Amino acid sequence: MSAVAVEGIWKYYGDYPALRNIGFSVQEGQCLALLGRNGAGKTTLLRIMAGLLRPQRGSIRIFDRDARHPQTRASIGVIGHGIGVYDELSAFENLLLFGRLYGLNDPSSAAMEWLRRTSLDNVAGSLVREFSRGMRQRLAVARAFLHNPSLLLLDEPFTSLDDRAIALLQSLMRDALARGATVIMSTHQLREAMELATHAALLGRGKLIFHGERPAAMLQDPTWLYRAYGES
Amino acid sequence: MRTKILAVLCLASGLWLARNLYVIFLTMGDEAAQGAIYRIIYFHVPSWITCFTAFFVAGVSSVLYLVRKNSRFDTLAVATVEAGVVFTIVGLVTGSIWGRIIWGIWWTWDPRLTWALITCVIYSGYLMLRHAIDDPTARAKNSAVLCIFSFTSVIITYKAIDWWRTQHPGPVLSFRTGGGNIDPAMEHMLFQNLGALLLLCAAIVVVRMRQEDMQREVEALRRYAHAL
Amino acid sequence: MLYFRQVWTVAGKDLRSELRTKESLNAAISFAIVILVLFSFAMDPTADQIREISGGLLWLVFAFAGALILNRSFARELGNDCLDALVSSPLTGSALFLGKALGNFILLTIVELVSLPIFGVLYNIEWARRPRALAAILLLTTWGVTVIGTMFSALTVNLRLRELMLPTLIYPMMIPALMSAMRLTTLLIAGEPIPADDEIWVRLLIGFDIIFTALAVGLVEVVLVG
Repeated sequence: MSAVAVEGIWKYYGDYPALRNIGFSVQEGQCLALLGRNGAGKTTLLRIMAGLLRPQRGSIRIFDRDARHPQTRASIGVIGHGIGVYDELSAFENLLLFGRLYGLNDPSSAAMEWLRRTSLDNVAGSLVREFSRGMRQRLAVARAFLHNPSLLLLDEPFTSLDDRAIALLQSLMRDALARGATVIMSTHQLREAMELATHAALLGRGKLIFHGERPAAMLQDPTWLYRAYGES
Repeated sequence: MRTKILAVLCLASGLWLARNLYVIFLTMGDEAAQGAIYRIIYFHVPSWITCFTAFFVAGVSSVLYLVRKNSRFDTLAVATVEAGVVFTIVGLVTGSIWGRIIWGIWWTWDPRLTWALITCVIYSGYLMLRHAIDDPTARAKNSAVLCIFSFTSVIITYKAIDWWRTQHPGPVLSFRTGGGNIDPAMEHMLFQNLGALLLLCAAIVVVRMRQEDMQREVEALRRYAHAL
Repeated sequence: MLYFRQVWTVAGKDLRSELRTKESLNAAISFAIVILVLFSFAMDPTADQIREISGGLLWLVFAFAGALILNRSFARELGNDCLDALVSSPLTGSALFLGKALGNFILLTIVELVSLPIFGVLYNIEWARRPRALAAILLLTTWGVTVIGTMFSALTVNLRLRELMLPTLIYPMMIPALMSAMRLTTLLIAGEPIPADDEIWVRLLIGFDIIFTALAVGLVEVVLVG
């Protein structure tokens, strides 16, 4: 079964098509790197998969269900541009909140477990407002992984992360892929992404220019794909 | 094609209005109780029916927009709301003039008048909301939702004379009273003018839809330019 | 069951962060007191005159102070993109809406419960002569005001002029509920029963609550998902 099946998606802002006739599918266990210049439509596409936007035309199936189906969303972990946690709640309260919203059986022990895995357990009771930037990002990562999602949608996950958070995120992504989860990430940090990516897709002005296995040449030269398709 | 429709609409409504004005002012006599001022009813009632029709069309096209996500319905909604607000103001002003002559006051806080004014304010709020949203898709979606909420005020305005004892005259048209409240010749004339005003409203709507289409095109071209 | 737990989780989250920071609650209560004080300058009131307009005065106070709370409702989700995190979770739009509405409802009720005794003391009015009927009208109207306010807070959350647009849009929409409440509250504070003639206002109030709750629950998902 394919984890994500996208067919003929069009997304307009007014009369301007931000995505034009996008179609591809991602099989379970794959790690897809979504590439393209700023404004190519990567974020829009990821937001559609996350159920935050609806396309005007075309269909999207996630684990063969509608993108807005509660069960679909229970199996997705999302990291967007913002950290998505509340400043006026403590780290533990934040994870407990999302654990409850995701309908976990034992939200509080899942929250403690993930605070430990992101080495935030010693500040579990402190308000997020008091956290340093790196701690906030690690909490955002914990929130996205809290419910053991089988599909991870990461929008520029490595941007503005410190080294420790990058290493943590990469190891969590490796674990997730090892247990059969699927990862789709948009990124400009090609070197970090190429270590993990099994597949790559290139968007240009709302069109899908390339989709397939990650070309071997990209390991040596991460910008190879951009140049091969004249998008540099 | 659209230009032709527009020309026909304008011409037809203009001619019909001119003919109605001639009949109303030169061939029909004064009403027994109210004298010459009663003629305002030929504009007052039809403009209210026209604006209710416009708001109803706006409500339906807002629902259709939310179902189909086709921007044509959004265009229709904004055009009809704008035309509707114009006719609401015509209705308020004509009513006010009539009130000055018959009641001796421009305005009274009678339920019918109050709700009519609220309707006007609510739909003006709709137009304000549209101006405040930059993204065309979000604008269409959010204003469609607001338009559906707003229609409740139209229903309350329409039913106000049934629900409360109002100073505003009760229903006169035979489809609400079962007949007998109005001279058939007067009612006939009233419907004649309603037809003319509806045509005029349709003409305004078509003009506004063209402008709205062009504006959407300009916005899209601007985005293309930024993308280059 | 999960649905109601989600509603309660969202309401609890909003209440917890509001009671922790007291950003809008403090502002709303002080604003309510300021209006009550200002009003005594607008006219030189005798107890009888105040009793005649008590409903109008109180609901203006509640509505103005309430807007401060409603303004924050969805706006508090904007920082850190929390709204995206909520919408992409398995929470349905209607559960999110009802949770937020419930939170606002409780906060608004707190503002009302604080303002009422202050009103009674400042204007020397015994306001609790028909406590049960008054409570019923207060709760019904507060729910109506909350539903409109929360829904419109969601509609305007992404606007630059959010703080300006919200009051302009909600007050005209709330008029049916506020009109009914003003009239009925005046009667009840004067200690009079609701006459048969005025039952239309109770019906209007209940109808308002039902219709707008249904509309909001039905449409909020469309508003939240672009």
